Amino acid sequence: MSSSDTLVATGNRAHSHGPGSPVPLQARSERPTSYDVADFAVPNGREEEWRFTPVKQLKALFEDAAGTETPKVDASGPEGVVFETVAADSLKVGKPQDRAAAVAWNHAGDAFAVRIPVEAELTEPVHVNVASLGARGFSHLIIESGRHSKAIVIIDHSGSGELGSNVEIVVGDGADLRVVSIQQGDHESIHLGQHDALVGRDARLHHVAVTLGGKVVRIGTNVRYAGPGGDAELLGVYFAESGQHHENRLFVDHEAANCKSNVLYKGALAGDHARSVWIGDVLIRAAAEGTDTFELNRNLVLTDGARADSVPNLEIETGEIEGAGHASATGRFDDEQLFYLQARGIPEDAARRLVVSGFFNDIIGKIGVPEVTEHLHEVIEDKLARTAELSESAKAVIGQ
Amino acid sequence: MATLEIRDLHVSVDTENGPKQILRGVDLTIAGGQTHAIMGPNGSGKSTLAYSIAGHPKYNVTSGTVTLDGEDVLDMSVDERARAGLFLAMQYPVEVPGVSVANFLRTAKTAIDGEAPKLRTWVKDVNKALADLDMDADFGTRNVNEGFSGGEKKRHEIVQLELLNPKVAILDETDSGLDIDALRIVSEGVNRFAAQGDKGVLLITHYTRILRYIKPDFVHVFVDGRVAEEGGPELAEELEANGYERFLKAGAK
Repeated sequence: MSSSDTLVATGNRAHSHGPGSPVPLQARSERPTSYDVADFAVPNGREEEWRFTPVKQLKALFEDAAGTETPKVDASGPEGVVFETVAADSLKVGKPQDRAAAVAWNHAGDAFAVRIPVEAELTEPVHVNVASLGARGFSHLIIESGRHSKAIVIIDHSGSGELGSNVEIVVGDGADLRVVSIQQGDHESIHLGQHDALVGRDARLHHVAVTLGGKVVRIGTNVRYAGPGGDAELLGVYFAESGQHHENRLFVDHEAANCKSNVLYKGALAGDHARSVWIGDVLIRAAAEGTDTFELNRNLVLTDGARADSVPNLEIETGEIEGAGHASATGRFDDEQLFYLQARGIPEDAARRLVVSGFFNDIIGKIGVPEVTEHLHEVIEDKLARTAELSESAKAVIGQ
Repeated sequence: MATLEIRDLHVSVDTENGPKQILRGVDLTIAGGQTHAIMGPNGSGKSTLAYSIAGHPKYNVTSGTVTLDGEDVLDMSVDERARAGLFLAMQYPVEVPGVSVANFLRTAKTAIDGEAPKLRTWVKDVNKALADLDMDADFGTRNVNEGFSGGEKKRHEIVQLELLNPKVAILDETDSGLDIDALRIVSEGVNRFAAQGDKGVLLITHYTRILRYIKPDFVHVFVDGRVAEEGGPELAEELEANGYERFLKAGAK
């Protein structure tokens, strides 16, 4: 896949931000975190953590005031799972990393908790639906999996409002937890979310962020390890259309020894001002010997007028590791692939679908939750059909 | 009997310095049952001819006609040309990540035939085609051309040729980069295709080596965007002995 600077500001250059960089380079671990909103100034867009984000559209979620609605949260799951309402500060695995998360933390009220009991193996996924219905609201979810339990939790965010959210995830020692967070708000919706996961000793977290709708969606996913032997697989799929901004920020903090992290995010962009941002920070601290980490981001730009930014960062404080690497690539839709498929008789629209579904094929295979992968296939098909209509009408206009 | 007719074909490409004429009046008729070899030095426009017939958007046809059994090929989209019965085995087959060979072949076959192939015979046909080209059956699960060696890519092109079974096959330097074993395997595939009797083959090559395995009925020497000389197999023998020098001198006049 070719890379072009007109489409993309890629990473692998994290150590030289270049002229015009608004702030000095700061180690990821030194970035302030706080439960107090007053500790974060209202972002103006020049800050390192906000420079890719359209902050002007986010004023409502920066304001230190109660929400105008409470998002509707409902949940269902198989026998064994426990739902309850708990105080916001009952776990404190997460700590807000920016103003929006601090505002959400303070104004969401109590947290909604999903608990998977010790050694429980859930046969069906747990569903948590968070609907924000048109106003400004905040939510706080806690997912706590007990020692040696096994479960899948699907969080479905929908609606037309402006949502600030925090999700705290604890994976018990030896547990296997899959969390899929789907962001599929209406076209005008805004969602700023922070997910914090603490992975227990010899535990496995499989975290998937799927963003398919919303005007501005920015999800920060932070992973720490409570003990050695933890394994985090962090996957993401996004598809930004005209006027949509989809942003994912990862921070994997390796402090414990012999832990693994594997990050794979893939996104497609189509339409004018479709925008995606991916920031992948990995820190390997001095104590984290034996760490094995890799992160990869790929973007497929389907039409003119779209832009993908991708910045992987790796800070390494010990040489005693198994492996550490990152890669990032952004490419245009490859017309040679289209020609090759069409030259075998496959019509253009089917050929486009084949190429794009091929692009997402590996990551969708890794998600491993059939209802999610089926949904993804359907939504991607719909989006491609819309993209095809767009290019058809563009052709018609040119033809006149 | 299929007939591909190329008449006075002029083709240009856009460059930074404006359009550049590459084909300057090509006339060629390939009737069913015939194998034509087009030979010529680098830059003579051989590949441009192949890609122009297949409809690659990079090439602009400025005048002339291409018809297949009387139908206007130039008026068709790339996929319509393939469905009409044209096949281009490419010099540089394209990788399509995430799309398996099996899925690709079935999708192409369905598009060409207008209906999905019968599952039972299809799997058998695919496995036979792969085996005939000395490719393992597990190629079906690999992504299209991804991680294939140069020789595997070329053999995969011929697998497609045999499975899609067009009316006219255009082979663009299918022999380049092949070792002698692969060349023989690929040539046998082309010969099986041609042996059906009613198929046209347009074999584009820089070297005479492949003509020891695939016997052309006609040889055309391409120089400077048009056919400079035509003849039978004996013309290839002359090129083998003397190279293109005679034609390049003539072209320089």
